[in-house]
Amino acid sequence: MIVMTKDTMEIVREQDVVPFRNRVREFSTKIGMSVVNQTKLITAASELVRNMLKYANGGKVILEIISNNAKTGVRLTFADQGPGIPDLSLAMKDGYSTGRSLGLGLPGAKRLVNEFDLKSQPGQGTTVTVIHWKHGR
Amino acid sequence: MQNQLSDAGLRDDLMTNDELLRQSEEMLDALLRAIATGNFDDIYATEYETITDTLRDISITRARQGFSPRETAQYVLSLKKAVVEVLEQERSDDYITLYKESTSINTLLDNLSIVTFETFIKGREEVILRQTDEISEISTPVIRVWNGILALPIIGTLDSARTQVVMENLLQEIVNTGSNIAILDISGVPAVDSLVAQHLIKTVSATRLMGAECIISGIRAEIAQTIVHLGIDLSNIKTKATLASALQLAFSMTNVEVRRIDKNVGLRGTR
Amino acid sequence: MDRIPILKMGHFLLVTIQVDLYDRLALTLENDLISMVSQTGARGVLIDISAVSIVDSFMGRILGNIASMSRIMDAETVVVGMQPAVAITLVELGLTLQGVYTALNVEKGMELLNSKMDTNLEQEEDEEDQDDRND
Repeated sequence: MIVMTKDTMEIVREQDVVPFRNRVREFSTKIGMSVVNQTKLITAASELVRNMLKYANGGKVILEIISNNAKTGVRLTFADQGPGIPDLSLAMKDGYSTGRSLGLGLPGAKRLVNEFDLKSQPGQGTTVTVIHWKHGR
Repeated sequence: MQNQLSDAGLRDDLMTNDELLRQSEEMLDALLRAIATGNFDDIYATEYETITDTLRDISITRARQGFSPRETAQYVLSLKKAVVEVLEQERSDDYITLYKESTSINTLLDNLSIVTFETFIKGREEVILRQTDEISEISTPVIRVWNGILALPIIGTLDSARTQVVMENLLQEIVNTGSNIAILDISGVPAVDSLVAQHLIKTVSATRLMGAECIISGIRAEIAQTIVHLGIDLSNIKTKATLASALQLAFSMTNVEVRRIDKNVGLRGTR
Repeated sequence: MDRIPILKMGHFLLVTIQVDLYDRLALTLENDLISMVSQTGARGVLIDISAVSIVDSFMGRILGNIASMSRIMDAETVVVGMQPAVAITLVELGLTLQGVYTALNVEKGMELLNSKMDTNLEQEEDEEDQDDRND
């Protein structure tokens, strides 16, 4: 896996969401991702960044264009130092929310991207990594 | 030795076109420079970068043009014969050096030919991938059957990649034609399991989000049976046994009436 | 502060969202729209999202809220002009905007609202008839 472009963005306020989404769009346009796949990735990114703001008062996101032998894609790593998630399988369940939302954030984001990895230690923060390939598979 | 090597190398390139000739010259130059470093083993070292790159280019182009693997590999392997011939002339007096040098040049060229193989196969795989995409495009035509009514016959299995293509084509066509109703005909779908049903439900939901209604038609008896046995809930979706009855439903939804015209009356009218 | 303009057209209110909404703007829109419905006694709300490229679950919830709140005040909500990519993404996300009507464009949305008003009127009349009979 080769990293071709890399950028880091700090997300601390709600106003950072729109510029962040535009940056994700820039990255996915750069590798020629189709509109539908772009929309899926940006929506997933939007859900994850919102979670980060809501539950951990923000954090940082690493944006990367990656390439393995056959495929090019965008990888986003959301890292926060919030309270962490005590029960991962519960958090991944549709409709489950501790924050009076629709409870679609994490499971929905997972359905929208090709690869999804969630790591969390209660008290130490949460890291979510997602990859979406150019052709969406 | 270097000069003769390039002479020898050029000889088997005489038959090819100008562009390839230039490419080969460049490659031979690079090869000579690389050999001059004394590295005969590691073709992934920096001095071989130009060579492997050029080889990859050539193999990819040839794979796309439909050359056979034999013809592609020949490009490198033909060099072997030429080089060994030159070596024989040069070292005719010293068999031990001849043996050593020809072994190392053989290994080197074998390694390089493996690069062409790998790239050739990769090129072919790309062709296959592209064709898969094309097939899924071709196999999902969206037909405008009436003003404001689209039909989409699905033939073959519906997996998630295909569903995505179906949805994209259908929704885009709904926007382009301003259609209110889409008929999804699944007569050509061999079997409906819970996954396929889920894909169908997704397509219907997406159509509704756009503001159009979706009817599923072509549900055969055995498909109806499996749907019920699997406990799949399609009660929110309008379903019809045939495309004809789906079209009829679409007509009534858009307040269109199709009537048989009494021929005699028509003929009398024209006279 | 930025605000999204709300136009009054007969019995209906029309909102065209031209920018990517950030949260505060969306919440302001929700407030403005609901107070406009109560002020004008509008019977329908049309929200044109044809220029919106991303609808996430937050945005989806705002649209749902507007629809539910308007319904309590006897106004139907129609979301019009959703982009195909947005529709596909929402379905994958698991958000089907229950209780929100949709239409292809503003014109069709108007038609839908008009037909809803007609059927509502008919239903009311029917109910009145039944009430009469029951007495």
